[in-house]
Amino acid sequence: MTNGTNAGRDASDAHGVGDGAGGSPGDPIASTEASAPAAAAPAKVPNARKATGASPGAPAAAARGIRRGPGRGGWTPWLYLAPALVVLGGLLVYPIYQLGLISFLEYTQAQVSGGEPTTFQGLGNYRTLFADSQFWQVLLATLVFAAACVVTTLAVGCGLAVLLTRVRALPRLALMLAALGAWATPAITGSTVWVFLFDPDYGPVNRLLGLGDFSWTYGRYSAFALVLLEVVWCSFPFVMVTVYAGIKAIPSEVLEAASLDGASQWRIWRSVTAPMLRPILVVVTIQSIIWDFKVFTQIYVMTNGGGIAGQNLVLNVYAYQKAFASSQYSLGSAIGVVMLLILLAVTLVYLRLLRRQGEEL
Amino acid sequence: MSATAATPGRRAVSLPRIHRIHRPWRLAAEASALVIAVVVAFPLYWMVLSAFKPEGEIQSTEAHPWTLSPSLDSFRRVFEQQEFGRYFLNSLFVAGVVVIASALIAFLAATAVTRFRFTYRTTLLIMFLVAQMVPIEALTIPLFFLMRDFGQLNTLGSLILPHIAFSLPFAIWMLRGFVKAVPEALEEAAYIDGASRTRFLWQILFPLVFPGLVATSVFSFISTWNDFLFAKSFIISDTSQSTLPMALLVFFKPDENDWGGIMAASTVMTVPVLVFFVLVQRRLVSGLGGAVKD
Repeated sequence: MTNGTNAGRDASDAHGVGDGAGGSPGDPIASTEASAPAAAAPAKVPNARKATGASPGAPAAAARGIRRGPGRGGWTPWLYLAPALVVLGGLLVYPIYQLGLISFLEYTQAQVSGGEPTTFQGLGNYRTLFADSQFWQVLLATLVFAAACVVTTLAVGCGLAVLLTRVRALPRLALMLAALGAWATPAITGSTVWVFLFDPDYGPVNRLLGLGDFSWTYGRYSAFALVLLEVVWCSFPFVMVTVYAGIKAIPSEVLEAASLDGASQWRIWRSVTAPMLRPILVVVTIQSIIWDFKVFTQIYVMTNGGGIAGQNLVLNVYAYQKAFASSQYSLGSAIGVVMLLILLAVTLVYLRLLRRQGEEL
Repeated sequence: MSATAATPGRRAVSLPRIHRIHRPWRLAAEASALVIAVVVAFPLYWMVLSAFKPEGEIQSTEAHPWTLSPSLDSFRRVFEQQEFGRYFLNSLFVAGVVVIASALIAFLAATAVTRFRFTYRTTLLIMFLVAQMVPIEALTIPLFFLMRDFGQLNTLGSLILPHIAFSLPFAIWMLRGFVKAVPEALEEAAYIDGASRTRFLWQILFPLVFPGLVATSVFSFISTWNDFLFAKSFIISDTSQSTLPMALLVFFKPDENDWGGIMAASTVMTVPVLVFFVLVQRRLVSGLGGAVKD
């Protein structure tokens, strides 16, 4: 969830936090529906209304309302859903459509101000983008940086979750509170504080490590490393708390039975704990991937807009700079579409994993 | 389901028997837990400390982890800066509206998808799941034009509306578990007693789901409070509509950053979230446990 995070870490942003995968009675995910694009939502609504509203018995049953199990309810569920669908349709689905549209147009300052007509470019913007070596460099940097963040966050988060189960209440409380503090810190203040900690002149870290006036934000890799530290700092708490909750949720009788049967610690971990934790690990991994792939504020603030000569750009910041700094809105949109597609692919993998686990919606 | 979810420190009694570790190892584990806690908390400590340090100590190359003469100068500079208090209220207003609106809308939607069976229910759920993954940053460009076309640029509405939309999918997913946990027998009993659907929804279901709403709100609050990108992109000229992150950037200067000011502004921005977090901490952890369990 947020480091969502974030607390997000922009729970969302912030710290976008994990989606709940709480299972209970419901329809199993149909494979065709799993791949349905989000844009199909509004188109389906009117049909659905017709479908549910048309059956003559439904409204009467809804009025009576007494039935076992969730009722069909006629129009009622759509009434309840209406505000959500209006908001999501207008501010999520429509902008996605617009994003795709702009990426096929010529759209720069001239078109925005209405000075020149917009022209359809077909795949022209994508051709420009893919011919630009900087794009590939930024894409690679984004993938490597996100992967490094995810792996480090998961390792730290899971390691500390296990540590939490091995200590008494007081150290556990101390670590939990510290982690909640890091989690609650807004991305922008976290970024400023970490830059200050590593400041070549006034930061304590260089003094402590005897680095003199070494500037962390000057070099490409040291700057990425610094951002990585901040990202891990604010996103490991979500992993730690979630995995810890997962470990505690394993019934102690199961572990007890295993140890009575003479299983070694390692065997218990491998055959009991790990399989029971897998759903949670999937959630935190996917959530971390999505969150770390979208890092914006940290890079923007800590490397001052993408580093010297754009050496620390990631896709997000790159798209922003293209669109808002150099007014190439169509190129920025094309980058946005690339990001959207990558995250959609991650989402589909996630849905497959959920299905394989027999998770029901 | 969510009510029984693990809360730190609650079920510790039964575990030591399984995870029996020898005393020196346990002490080593506890010592490292404490050290890590200190390391994790250190940036926050340094932020607050630097906010209270007098100018001279911040500018000193000898960075001491304490100060003997705390001063409020940095805070004074922050609040004297053009309309910082206003930015704070703007941030609070935006986050407040988003939290309340998205909680109410998500509550209705979560009720619809958990307590009714209708065509396209599963499709909708999948769509909410997919919507969570949409990178909001990528939508900045079309949203910018949308806000421009509706004359919403430079207004707080341009920050509120997108954040409601982005908080909703996760909120609906998370609330589902809480709504589902309310027994159906209760619903039947209410109807038998003559309650209308609306009455059941607001007078019975809503209070029962309220703890879940609190947990959900944490996330919408934080993502909105943290927002930097939209504030930077949509509030282009009217600074009176700005929010806290923008106020913070004022202290970054090309030649010499005002670190005291930055740390004081950061402290002012972080403390409300911390307070909120600590207040709902228990709910949050059990909410998470409930959401990801089984």
